[in-house]
Amino acid sequence: MAVVEDVVRDGKTSGGAFVAPGRAGSLVDVKPRYENFIGGRWVPPAKGQYMQNISPVTGHPFTEVARSTAEDVELALDAAHAAKDAWGESSLAERAAVLNAVADAIEANLTMLAVAESWENGKPVRETLAADIPLAVDHFRYFAGATRSLEGRSTEIDKDTVAYHFHEPLGVVGQIIPFNFPLLMAAWKIAPALAAGNCTVVKPASPTPWSILKLAEVIADIVPPGVLNIVTGPGGEIGKALASSPRIAKIGFTGETTTGRLIMQYAAENLIPSTVELGGKSPNIFFSDVMDQDDRFLDKAIEGLVLYAFNKGEVCTCPSRALVQESMYDRFMERCLDRIGRITQGDPLDPTTMLGAQNSAQQLEKITGYVDIGVQEGAEVLIGGERTLLDGDLVDGYYFEPTVMKGHNDMRIFQEEIFGPVLAVTTFTDEADAVRIANDTLYGLGAGVWTRNGNLAYRMGRAIKAGRVWTNCYHLYPAGAAFGGYKISGVGRENHLMMLDHYSQVKNLLVSYSDEPLGFF
Amino acid sequence: MDEVYRGVPVTMSRVVGTPAALDAIGRVVAERGPIMFFQSGGCCDGSLPMCFGEGEFVIGGHDVRLGTVGGCPFWIDHRQFEAWKHTQLILDVGAGDPEGFSIAAGEGHHFLTRSRVFTGDELSVLEEAQPPS
Repeated sequence: MAVVEDVVRDGKTSGGAFVAPGRAGSLVDVKPRYENFIGGRWVPPAKGQYMQNISPVTGHPFTEVARSTAEDVELALDAAHAAKDAWGESSLAERAAVLNAVADAIEANLTMLAVAESWENGKPVRETLAADIPLAVDHFRYFAGATRSLEGRSTEIDKDTVAYHFHEPLGVVGQIIPFNFPLLMAAWKIAPALAAGNCTVVKPASPTPWSILKLAEVIADIVPPGVLNIVTGPGGEIGKALASSPRIAKIGFTGETTTGRLIMQYAAENLIPSTVELGGKSPNIFFSDVMDQDDRFLDKAIEGLVLYAFNKGEVCTCPSRALVQESMYDRFMERCLDRIGRITQGDPLDPTTMLGAQNSAQQLEKITGYVDIGVQEGAEVLIGGERTLLDGDLVDGYYFEPTVMKGHNDMRIFQEEIFGPVLAVTTFTDEADAVRIANDTLYGLGAGVWTRNGNLAYRMGRAIKAGRVWTNCYHLYPAGAAFGGYKISGVGRENHLMMLDHYSQVKNLLVSYSDEPLGFF
Repeated sequence: MDEVYRGVPVTMSRVVGTPAALDAIGRVVAERGPIMFFQSGGCCDGSLPMCFGEGEFVIGGHDVRLGTVGGCPFWIDHRQFEAWKHTQLILDVGAGDPEGFSIAAGEGHHFLTRSRVFTGDELSVLEEAQPPS
């Protein structure tokens, strides 16, 4: 952990870790409190209430954010509605320029935002530097490009009649962001909404409202006032006020299934569309031919299994069910457990740290509870299984050991998203068995397949009921690859050109160029 | 743990509450009227029970009512019930604000679900009392 008196250079201590936000020498300024970002300005909450924001790195509060109420959501909706006509009529070139400028500003502040995101969420800064923030930059650039390619279609119905189809914005949309990727998931939602000409009111997750406000500081002068509005506060109060508002034309949500259903219920009441991404229990399947040679590919496959610990397992698509072919189970798992045993856990702001802090005390408690259920169900703990107690400033942080439990697919640790660094591993005999186990789940968001046999990989990829099947890779999230769920993992897709359709409505002009009456009357 | 469910002894109900949960329910109900619980699944806070005002969340024809806790109905999705039915759900209270749109279990606290794996004998009795409705 950063020691304040330590030598500071480029925002780092002599030990190499980034200085914690708000401390002398840090790259990240922290104000004592943050207001809502509405209409391009910082607006205090109507009722004047604030709530503490905790860093999971230390388990202690480091700033305050607005504890908003429904009145603040209305203010944000007012600002968005005031801005929607001008933004909706802006040219594709103008929208693309704004999105590109947002990307440039994020890129210019990449290290600052990476440190802020790590402090906010608990994820290792090596991930935010190499994945979260660069991917957010790329996402804005992708949709800047995508919007320039927007084309309506026209159909010659007959020689005198033409059907023109125009993309028109929905108007004002509501977007609710999860805590696991506070900035990247915000980018996933905001970029396509703006690209399609909408204004948005964003509600960050209650535990992670701050880093997106740091993003707002960076882009406040770039995005026209009212196009992007951010309101922080409790979900039960403002999440509900936003999702149930008759003043939004669409709601986008990432989170758990019950709130997902509630979002769709509110959308039904207002007869508006919704996009919901609700998590998974993704299988990561390893066929025995990965061990045919001891080479780079095997090394990649081993890392592929260990990727369950990426972002501390707090990923909707966490490959948290490893299915390993029986014939190589012992040999393969020996290599994997060796790799897992060498995971370094500690200060998330240290670029050498691989495993950071869980996002909240609630999450830590849940993970502990699941390990307990697994043990009750007869699963065997192969490694880990306990809370990690660090010292110094990190003593109250939310750390959990990288954990692997062996069991069978009917156990709850195989059926429910634990959202922690806990891998449930089991074996399969052959291709049919692998497909059966992989699909024996309520969810269908992600999956991984590892084999040297291309035909087998293709058959598996088509047989698994999931929206994304990573083949000989995992946890890649490039803009341009559609992302979304089968089964109860959600409705809709993100991360792709098709999002512009999801954030648009189609206007058809049916035009007659004939002078002839129909002749009916 | 004040519940009797279809004549099944209280300790074998599919869902029970700790004294802290019953206490919190009493206070929440006194403050805002009847409430309901729906066990969530999936991403983020997926294993938490969501607490709503009664009727706020529309129950579907296939949802399973596991029982009541402190007089409040506790529901779960039927597919999730199939995956969870070998465990007893124990409603409890933890520190920290609730997630999703859930009502808090008092200021700065949230409801949570702990679990206990039923014994074989308990499961036989429960299956005779099936299906929950």
